Amino acid sequence: MSNEAVAHVHRDDEGSKMGMWLFLFTELLLFGGMFILYASYRFMYPDAFKVAAMQLDTLIGAVNTILLLTSSLSVVIAIIALRKNQKTFSIYMLMFTVVAGGAFLVNKYFEWSAKFHHGIYPKGPAMADMSDGENVFFGLYYVMTGLHALHIVVGLVFILFMVYFIIKDKQTADNNQKLENAGLYWHLVDIIWIFLFPLFYLIH
Amino acid sequence: MSDNHSNAHHEHLGYGLYILVWAGLVGLTTITVALAGFNLASLTIVVAMAIAVVKSLLVTNYFMHVKTDSGVFKIFIFVCLAIFLTMIVLTFFDLTYRFPLK
Amino acid sequence: MENVSYLEYKGKHKGLLGWILSTDHKRIAILYLVSLIVFFLVAMTFGFLMRFEMLSPGRTIMDPQTYNALFTLHGVIMIFLFIIPGIPAVFGNFFLPIMLGAKDVSFPRLNLLSWYFYIFGAFLVLVSLFVGGGPIDTGWTFYVPYSLRTQTNVSLAVFAAFVLGFSSILTGLNFIVTIHRMRCPGMGWFKMPLFSWGLYSTAWIQVLATPIIGITLLLIILERFFGIGIFDPALGGDPLLYQHLFWIYSHPAVYIMILPAMGLVSEIIPTFAKKDIFGYGPIAMSSLAIAFLGYLVWGHHMFSSGISDTSRAIFSFLTFVVAIPTGVKVFNWVATLYKASIDARAPFWFVVAFIIIFSIGGLTGLVLGSLNTDIHLTDTYFVVAHFHYVMFGGMGLLFFGGLHYWFPKMFGKTYNEKVAKFGTLIFVIGFNGLYFTMFIMGYLGMPRRYYDYLPEYEIYHIIATVGSWIMIAGILIIVINLFKALLSKDRKTTEMNPWGGTTLEWTVPSPPPLENFDVIPTVTHGPYYRPNLIKSEKSH
Repeated sequence: MSNEAVAHVHRDDEGSKMGMWLFLFTELLLFGGMFILYASYRFMYPDAFKVAAMQLDTLIGAVNTILLLTSSLSVVIAIIALRKNQKTFSIYMLMFTVVAGGAFLVNKYFEWSAKFHHGIYPKGPAMADMSDGENVFFGLYYVMTGLHALHIVVGLVFILFMVYFIIKDKQTADNNQKLENAGLYWHLVDIIWIFLFPLFYLIH
Repeated sequence: MSDNHSNAHHEHLGYGLYILVWAGLVGLTTITVALAGFNLASLTIVVAMAIAVVKSLLVTNYFMHVKTDSGVFKIFIFVCLAIFLTMIVLTFFDLTYRFPLK
Repeated sequence: MENVSYLEYKGKHKGLLGWILSTDHKRIAILYLVSLIVFFLVAMTFGFLMRFEMLSPGRTIMDPQTYNALFTLHGVIMIFLFIIPGIPAVFGNFFLPIMLGAKDVSFPRLNLLSWYFYIFGAFLVLVSLFVGGGPIDTGWTFYVPYSLRTQTNVSLAVFAAFVLGFSSILTGLNFIVTIHRMRCPGMGWFKMPLFSWGLYSTAWIQVLATPIIGITLLLIILERFFGIGIFDPALGGDPLLYQHLFWIYSHPAVYIMILPAMGLVSEIIPTFAKKDIFGYGPIAMSSLAIAFLGYLVWGHHMFSSGISDTSRAIFSFLTFVVAIPTGVKVFNWVATLYKASIDARAPFWFVVAFIIIFSIGGLTGLVLGSLNTDIHLTDTYFVVAHFHYVMFGGMGLLFFGGLHYWFPKMFGKTYNEKVAKFGTLIFVIGFNGLYFTMFIMGYLGMPRRYYDYLPEYEIYHIIATVGSWIMIAGILIIVINLFKALLSKDRKTTEMNPWGGTTLEWTVPSPPPLENFDVIPTVTHGPYYRPNLIKSEKSH
């Protein structure tokens, strides 16, 4: 027993999944803090929020929602495919997920650019003319969608790692808990957006 | 302790169910966008959140396999949500009663 | 199977690398132990300097800005670098797997990563002392709007706390999965030692509450850099919401601090009472109850901040409720001692001191939890006394108590018990001299975090400061005594069970080998079961 200082344990898939779920809870509560702030400020500035929300493009928001929902489906399919030993199909599905996630980010880039162009950003020229509530709305908008976009990037990196592992046979039909965990992470990112979308884009 | 066969839970290695769930999710998204066009006054947030909750339940139970997984995960999720909910509720006890002349 | 102890085995890496790259839970525990003691002594020194300044009104040895920075750093270092990681990081890491009959935690590499986050966070705190606008002066609570405006190094210090949060989260995550998955055959949930129950409850708080402060601290940094306006009242934000989010974590955080300590008490008492613990079930459940109820009381830190009367009444009520499961523990511990044949060794002294000191702290918590009295006492030295009684007299005492309890097991060395007991006595005398005086001072109106004060308080400050010197003498006696024992060649021991304990760690060699057990044990009875001593026997 002269080599690694790691105690010799068997692979524990259930434990690994448990660990990932616990990590998901931390992410949920990280956003949860922001949702508490959103709820509080919407309660305090109901009209200002409605006015401010009109600046957001519902179509882009809806398209992004569909993109994420579909990318969640492709992840699930990728996992089933790998379990059926269909390596190539699994990789295609994971790459679809990456592309969909990338498209989401591209959309987000255009959305934000448009806002910046109109001076709608923290300390930007258009903010001085806005009421307190509108200021807070956009503060929350940038932080929450920004943090969410960051998590999409993390999720995509995670999934690309899984593609690499599948190619190298480190994730296989019988050994795929890491892939499932990556999927879990991706679904959480999807769920967060499921709530962000109506809260920012659908207040009419 | 070693559990290499958790995959055995997924007896139905078929795509059909998941595509159905996806269709449901897209449908609910359409509904929630359509409803935004109506003036529901104070019900707006309630309806929107209800639909979001249903969508999340679909993703959690089916895409994330919570429905078919061991019960401990359901308990974990319940604990997490319970605690998050108490945070919101107790904060709102302050907010709702802080501004009496609203 | 090698019987080389974890201290001596040579793995892939040699020397120091063999320690800082090790994923062995025991080595990681020692890494934490060294770090924690260093930071404790640093923050203790800041406390010493603060007390010295407060000997007389006006300037004694430093200017007000320095004093503000000192009390902020004293709080930040003690809380984030000592108390919160505290018992879980050192004793949880070392003993949880062994007490469960396992060879390591569920995620050994993640465990090492926790320590790296800890050291990185500590490094950032250090850097924040010297760069930019100088050390932070907001108090460890970083309240807005001051924390948004002050030119001192808020962002770096706050980011350090954010990084430290990751360390805490990952440790909690690791322990939850370990306790679910790695218990040895026969060890059902209710055959697990009570220390594990303490760690389990704590872990859930670490995982669920820490992210809230994570996002809150992130928002401070974003506000300072981008002027986002979420908390800044000038931009429409509500400073009270900051306080809500801050305390939504920081109140449960105090249970992160105390639950493992209480778990330790539940270990030490049966060992030295030579008796099965009274009320295993209620004690285990009370840990979970405290963990849950702890989420419901944060508003009691905000009674005079401007929150609604309705919520103040609710939070006050809930604060009283959370005292109940704590009472359950104290009663069960005392019941265990009733008619026991007590072997009052050094670790037991710490526990007795703890029960008395913590009870005082807890009862004064109720005084603060009641609205009418809190109005007079909030933000006075009464609060400072209260939290030092429960945090320092609570977790602090048990940290050193645990060290004395498990020292022979961890290091294969014995220490001078007489000196240890003497040090404890000096510590307790000094502790009360320092902090009990603060109860009186606070009651008489002395505000906290004040650099200057009216002459009528001077006598109390002098008594408190002298108390601090006596207390520090006690700490130094204790620490040096252990340090000497560690370095001494004559104090080696291979005794597996020096105190006569019944839990699994007393069945492995002192110090334990790399994989803890040659053969994973199977347990058939509860953790404190003693076959030869019947509960009601008085003589021995």
